[in-house]
Amino acid sequence: MFYRACGVFKTTYAADMELYPVPLAKYTVAAVAVFCAVIVPLVSSDHLLSLANLVGIAVVGAIGLNILTGFTGQISIGHGAFMAVGGYTAAILSARYGMPFWVGLIAGGSMAAVVGTFFGTPSLRIKGLYLAIATLAAQFIIEWAINHITWISGGVQSTIYVPKPALAGLPLDSELKKYFMILVVAAMAYVFAMNLVRTRIGRAFMAIRDRDVAAEILGVNIFAYKLLAFAISSFYAGVAGALFTYYLEIANYEQFTITVSVQYLAMIIIGGLGSVLGSVFGAVFITLLPIVLRWGVEGVWELFAPPTSMMLDFLANLRLIVFGGLIILFLILEPEGLYRLWKHVKDYFRVWPFAY
Amino acid sequence: MGFFLELLVNGLLVGMMYALVALSFVLVYKATSVINFAQGELVMLGGFIAAATLTIYGIPLVIALPLTLGLMIAVGFGLERGMLRPLIGRPVIGIIMATIGLASVLRGLAPMIWGAATKDVPLPLPVRPFIVYDLFISPLNLVAGGASLLFLAGFGYFFKKTRTGIAMRAVADDQQAAMAMGIDVGSIFALTWGIAGLVSAIGGVIWGNFLGVDTHLALVGLKVFPVVILGGLDSVGGAILGGLIVGAVENVSAGFIDPYVGGGTKDFMPYVLMILALMIRPSGFFGREIIERV
Repeated sequence: MFYRACGVFKTTYAADMELYPVPLAKYTVAAVAVFCAVIVPLVSSDHLLSLANLVGIAVVGAIGLNILTGFTGQISIGHGAFMAVGGYTAAILSARYGMPFWVGLIAGGSMAAVVGTFFGTPSLRIKGLYLAIATLAAQFIIEWAINHITWISGGVQSTIYVPKPALAGLPLDSELKKYFMILVVAAMAYVFAMNLVRTRIGRAFMAIRDRDVAAEILGVNIFAYKLLAFAISSFYAGVAGALFTYYLEIANYEQFTITVSVQYLAMIIIGGLGSVLGSVFGAVFITLLPIVLRWGVEGVWELFAPPTSMMLDFLANLRLIVFGGLIILFLILEPEGLYRLWKHVKDYFRVWPFAY
Repeated sequence: MGFFLELLVNGLLVGMMYALVALSFVLVYKATSVINFAQGELVMLGGFIAAATLTIYGIPLVIALPLTLGLMIAVGFGLERGMLRPLIGRPVIGIIMATIGLASVLRGLAPMIWGAATKDVPLPLPVRPFIVYDLFISPLNLVAGGASLLFLAGFGYFFKKTRTGIAMRAVADDQQAAMAMGIDVGSIFALTWGIAGLVSAIGGVIWGNFLGVDTHLALVGLKVFPVVILGGLDSVGGAILGGLIVGAVENVSAGFIDPYVGGGTKDFMPYVLMILALMIRPSGFFGREIIERV
């Protein structure tokens, strides 16, 4: 049947933690799964699929950053660099040692987790803005290492070409096949994060975020859990970086600069800090923003003049302005992001049509 | 030895210019506890305005310089009113992200208005460097050093002796207590951002003359973090000392390491220094140690 929640009647903690509070939630999840796995690949062109792929990769990275920043309250401006670690690890394994792509994904994630944990160690002594600055240092140091250590970068232009990923001898060579590769990983990332935040570990993370001194007094080992948060988050980043590398079939540090770190931060801010679903919203929003902006500008520009290089300059600048402006606007007007807006909509329809 | 000394002196001189940018950052942090990730972009904006008034609109320096300073003060006021006041009391990440967003806006807006091509900020300074004991010292570096020292002395006096300066320190210490003592916290914040705009404008003129004005000028802001962490986030003197150290270390290490690794040491060494500082002494040389009480 088709039930909607119309109040909170829970009497146990277990009921409170349920993933599917009402049967409707189950149907919604099933509908989304069918939509992603069947309808999108059936109706989409290659161009739309490539957008979906970029979104999928961003979803993995954004969920990872949200675990660290949104749930544990540790700011990281080095997410792009951790993605680079994963990307280059995967590229080196696949291109030089002929490893299959799933080994590259796991190894890339693990390597990023190790590096991320290392750069997370200053969080023992510092927090808040100091930590933000320390992770900024991680960004530059990792970028420098990738660029200047020839064994990693492969010499010219710091670029490694990666063979097409293959599963059981079947090459994943089209957008559609890669879409399924990314979809599976993104779904796993989402489910793992949804469950992680319901466990003891997730509650410890949130306790640290809300008040670290109080968490310590309650018996949460702050340092261990902070490092764990760094490790999990960097693992996600590494997997996202490896996915991106396999998707582009090339590893290049320019895909992982500080701009990327900032974009991921923007995703979780606009999507909603401390919400797994919010990370998905943010990833979709920030990934599609430049594309939508391009359509809009091209459409308006063509009414008056043929497109020129001047339009491209204008577009590049406009992109920066809109991107930054949206971050500021969201922070001022809706600090909890798109997730909060979504909840407003849901709450409205929960009691509809009797809104009193 | 001569090579080392030359690297060291040049590093110290560039360090004075870093210190100038860091001063504005420290000032904002000291009075409003806002960490300003858009510091480099403010310097860039100052440079753009100076370059535009001097070269595009052809206004003579005597008018253009005060005009630049005035406009940047207005920008500072505007930012405080429009962006930072609504964010008072928000968590650190919100404020950090807001300044990152501001950085992005400024980096798009400035080239949109004045064009992306690199512009000059012509200053009436002699081009020929002074030669002191075989060391080349450019007049621009002296101006930057002089400006930094002037600000150091000025701020030192301002924070210790004047009523407004003491009010600023009170606000930095505890906003609520300051409010209870009858200090208008809002206007103190506005004043702080105005001064930050002023210092950024001077930084923009000097760095713009040194490097030329385009969006790359904003990268100067990234060097601010090692400088202020070393010196202490809320110390004006620390900003200058940190600037000198970062300038010297990056130049000397670049001189000796670059030939082996093929460049880029300058972008990397300050951050290694900073990580070490964060691990050993997070409050820096002169920064106030944060003590937490339950």
